[in-house]
Amino acid sequence: MQEECLLKLRGIDKYFPGVRALHNVDFTLRKGEIHALMGENGAGKSTLIKILTGVYQMDDGSITIDGEAVSIHSPQDAQNKGISTVYQEITLCPNLTVAENMFIGREGGLLVNQKEYKRKADEQLQSLGIPARGGQQLGSCSLAVQQMVAIARAVDMKCKVLILDEPTSSLDDKEVNMLFSLMRDLKAKGVGIIFVTHFLEQVYEVSDRITVLRNGELVGEYLTKDLPQVQLVARMMGKELDELGDFGETDSAAGSDSPVFYEASGLVSEETNPFDFTIRKGEVNGFTGLLGSGRSESVRAIFGADKVTGGTVKVNGEEVKISRPVDAMKKGIAYLAEDRKRDGIIADLSVRENIILALQVMNGFFKPISRSESEAFADEYIKALNIKTASSETPIGSLSGGNQQKVILARWLLTHPDYLILDEPTRGIDVGTKLEIQKLVLQLARDGVSVTFISSEVEEMLRTCSRLIVMRDRHIVGELKGEDLNQAQVMKTIAGGEA
Amino acid sequence: MKDGSKKFLKNGLGQLTIPLIAVALLVIFNLIRDPSFFSISITHNNVGNAVLSGNLISIINGASELAILAIGMTLVTAATKGQDISVGAAAAIAGSVFVKVLKSGSEISVGMVLLAFLCACLVAMIFGAFNGTLVAVFNIQPMIATLILYTCGRSIAYWINGGATPTVNSPILNAIGSFAPGIPVPTPVIIVIAVTILFKLLFHFTSLEILTQSVGINQSAARLNGINTTFIKLLSFILLGVCVSVAGCIGVSRLGLINHETLLLDVEMDAILAVAIGGNSLGGGKFKISGSIIGAYVIQMLTITLYAMKVSSTDVKAYKAIVIVLLVVIGSPVVKERFRKIFKKGKSGTKGVEAA
Amino acid sequence: MRRFSKVLSLALVVIMMFALTACGGDGSIKVGVVNNPPSESGYREANVKDMEAVFSKENGYELKTAYSLKNDEQLQAAQGFITEGVDYLLISAAETTGWDEVLKKAKDAGIKVYLFDRMIDVDESLYEAAVVSDMAKEGETAVNWLLSQNLDEYNVIHIQGAMGSDAQIGRTGALDAQFASGKMNKVVQQTATWDEAEAKKIVESVINSGEDFNVIYAENDGMAKGAVAALDEAGITHGVDGEVIVMGFDCNKWALRELKAGAWNYDGQCSPFQAKIISDLIKSGNAPSSKKIINEEKGFDAKTLTDADIDTYGLGE
Repeated sequence: MQEECLLKLRGIDKYFPGVRALHNVDFTLRKGEIHALMGENGAGKSTLIKILTGVYQMDDGSITIDGEAVSIHSPQDAQNKGISTVYQEITLCPNLTVAENMFIGREGGLLVNQKEYKRKADEQLQSLGIPARGGQQLGSCSLAVQQMVAIARAVDMKCKVLILDEPTSSLDDKEVNMLFSLMRDLKAKGVGIIFVTHFLEQVYEVSDRITVLRNGELVGEYLTKDLPQVQLVARMMGKELDELGDFGETDSAAGSDSPVFYEASGLVSEETNPFDFTIRKGEVNGFTGLLGSGRSESVRAIFGADKVTGGTVKVNGEEVKISRPVDAMKKGIAYLAEDRKRDGIIADLSVRENIILALQVMNGFFKPISRSESEAFADEYIKALNIKTASSETPIGSLSGGNQQKVILARWLLTHPDYLILDEPTRGIDVGTKLEIQKLVLQLARDGVSVTFISSEVEEMLRTCSRLIVMRDRHIVGELKGEDLNQAQVMKTIAGGEA
Repeated sequence: MKDGSKKFLKNGLGQLTIPLIAVALLVIFNLIRDPSFFSISITHNNVGNAVLSGNLISIINGASELAILAIGMTLVTAATKGQDISVGAAAAIAGSVFVKVLKSGSEISVGMVLLAFLCACLVAMIFGAFNGTLVAVFNIQPMIATLILYTCGRSIAYWINGGATPTVNSPILNAIGSFAPGIPVPTPVIIVIAVTILFKLLFHFTSLEILTQSVGINQSAARLNGINTTFIKLLSFILLGVCVSVAGCIGVSRLGLINHETLLLDVEMDAILAVAIGGNSLGGGKFKISGSIIGAYVIQMLTITLYAMKVSSTDVKAYKAIVIVLLVVIGSPVVKERFRKIFKKGKSGTKGVEAA
Repeated sequence: MRRFSKVLSLALVVIMMFALTACGGDGSIKVGVVNNPPSESGYREANVKDMEAVFSKENGYELKTAYSLKNDEQLQAAQGFITEGVDYLLISAAETTGWDEVLKKAKDAGIKVYLFDRMIDVDESLYEAAVVSDMAKEGETAVNWLLSQNLDEYNVIHIQGAMGSDAQIGRTGALDAQFASGKMNKVVQQTATWDEAEAKKIVESVINSGEDFNVIYAENDGMAKGAVAALDEAGITHGVDGEVIVMGFDCNKWALRELKAGAWNYDGQCSPFQAKIISDLIKSGNAPSSKKIINEEKGFDAKTLTDADIDTYGLGE
């Protein structure tokens, strides 16, 4: 067993300012295996891969290749040690020939003549069964073949470890099969392949082993045949039970007889398929599904964040048109975006300015909130949400993730919304803050505010929501409430009918 | 109140440190070189007004157009993360319109001047809106978008002029470009103050400041907060257009002549530099108008100093470049971070000793 | 050799004349003008207008024009005129080099070439004559006028044009000689690159320094105007009977009016009127007496300037 081991990562830690990206992660890759690395967004997959390929330096832990301890300083270094990566987006040059792409930038490359290039390329391509010729321009090949050329390049560089990062996301079924047969070939030749994807079926089709990460920690390593799909989903989404303690019952009946606040039928944006959705006053519901299932896209359509292309929307029974965020805001809808850094904080502005921003926009261009007024608002919410900041004038960018999130929450609460959409409000923030946010959601609901809550942690959603809308492949595939609202049922619905 | 002054020291001065140090160094340098450099005297000009004169007056007077353009440039920079390089050409157009309207009437009255200015302003705003549309609607890099007007603007000015250098002479224009009767301070300086106050009022009575900063720092987040990012960017270019027309009209009034080739030539680079020297990030986001204005005076002071030293004419630009590179490098985030670290180390070092 | 070329050119003229009568349907002379665009300067504007006025239909010409600041575009235009078959090609080139081939082609096609305003770096045989200004002479005329004022002392502020331009080099030369000989004192010599506002700043700086000066020698009208603005602000009188003598160049109409009003003292002409000289040469049928014809240029004194002079020699409006 021991000599089979190709790559061993032990106790890997990686910190970014304010965030712990990886903590004590182990990973083992054996010779001639296809190993799927699984996890939701933010689980730490890409960080781990970037450490392996020398893009990031780990803060703690060890890496062993063929039983020899190594450290990887740069992508070049990783390549020299036999670790090659093929990314989702092709990183080759489409206007060079296949052969040139295979040999460009490598030692002695300048001295080898074109013919020699072509001959060697043809040889390699043929032995791997890749339908391309060395003299062909890369750009004239299909995406799948381009990807395979990238793999051929890696193989030709005597790589031992091949990392395929979402290689199938832009391929059709036939191309996927071509890629898989190439992967199996390489496996037979003893190459260890790390396969990152969010397509569950593909994992089961091609991989031998699965390692699951969650929140930067290792959940476990499993033989693919021993881990049913539902179990995999459960592991990815997490199910630590009740360690957060009890903070009040979700009243699953709440709002079931109150009037409908928001109703959409056939709502469709550039990023979604048409869907129907309603929420009552004081109701907390949620969208769930794996990454890429369309859960965020749906709420973005509700808020008008993506371009809405059709459907009818009623707010308080009255038909309205919501095509831009400001339209939604004027109807009492607030949206805390999924990506806090990209879509939430205005990093260089102060906590105070960040808090008043949405209210200021709603007030209009000619009604600025005065300094004293805004200070009062800021102080009020800093206190109410227990935001830890040196002062209200501190730039939000220098706060911790959890406190940044609270500031953004304060921003939306200040607009006194009737309907609050929270997309992953607890991601990457500490447990204490998570709990506070969950409590706040329930409190708001009791006060009559409708809330849509999205989280990749099912536990969290079960605790807060009285109704869950389950999505797969950009379609709503189920709606769970009452008795069905439990972990097993959610997993089953997400994973799909069988198993 | 005490708290306020502390805050000012901590935040307010932070950005203005570099430009103020630059001003101080230039003042000290000049005083050493010539103790009477900054002396101000009262003379009677050829129209018979008692007016202030001296290098200091020349500096603040001469920097007027630049300071006004720097204000507008600051806004554009903040909102679009880019700069408008067509301000010189646009000012030539505005100046040409100003002269064209003035010459269309039989005599030049205050009303005529006002009308001419309004026309110039309108035209400059339209050209600003043109630039702004390219940037805000079509997402073209500001420097590339404004390259168009930069290239053809002076030809348009020529076409408006219908002749190379039309002249206009009037005591009213003289009062605008030089000194108004009974006021010893150059009128352009008063116009700078007026424009600054106007912008301060604009920031006070609208939410322009926070919206502009939000768009510049994080456009995606700004959009999701309901901000019309297109409008904000467009508005910044239109406001710059207003500044351009004011600067162009001052330039014309100073000499009573519009030369489309030379009016405010190369001023765009100085305006961008004024913004940078003022401690504003050319990458957009947070801004301070006051910084840019001080930046404009720094540049002008540098020019006047070099003239006073009779630096060989061809070398002036080279010397200016050296000083400006120094200022911008010292003000760069990298160097600032270094300084901060050294400062922190010193501090924590002493703390460590205390603890021991 | 020389004689031979003369004979040849004479023969060419004869052939040309036949050709003219043969193909010129309405008898008009076809002239192609390659020039810089009128927007280049007030000088060029007057130059272009002058060309259009002289080579008019009434005067028996058929005028074709091409304007560009770029040499290669000018070359193309010249090429086009040759292909079209003009009788005369008039050129004010953007650059002095690169014209050999085109001029040879013109010669082969029997087209006569006149250069105006600017010289080109080619063999003299490729063109009939060049009608140009002598910038150095303009400077000398101006400096001689200044010397004739018999001042006790000459303390001169010298505001130069864009360094390296023909006009700057020519107009600077004569004054530099005076500085070198010690007859005049150089208070300051700075370039304002033809920029009026810059000229004002230069003069302002001298005033602030408290140095004495009694002459402003600006290498064009605009810069002289800028300088005067600085004097006005400082309360220094200028012009006829003023403390400071003001000198400019180019003879813009507005500048001559300043002169007439006594606000300035001298304005040197830089004549853009080459068209008539060329037209006379064409009509006379004679070969020009010299390859380089210097365009006669005047200097105007405020005291002797007449309104008629302004109308005749003033540029612009």
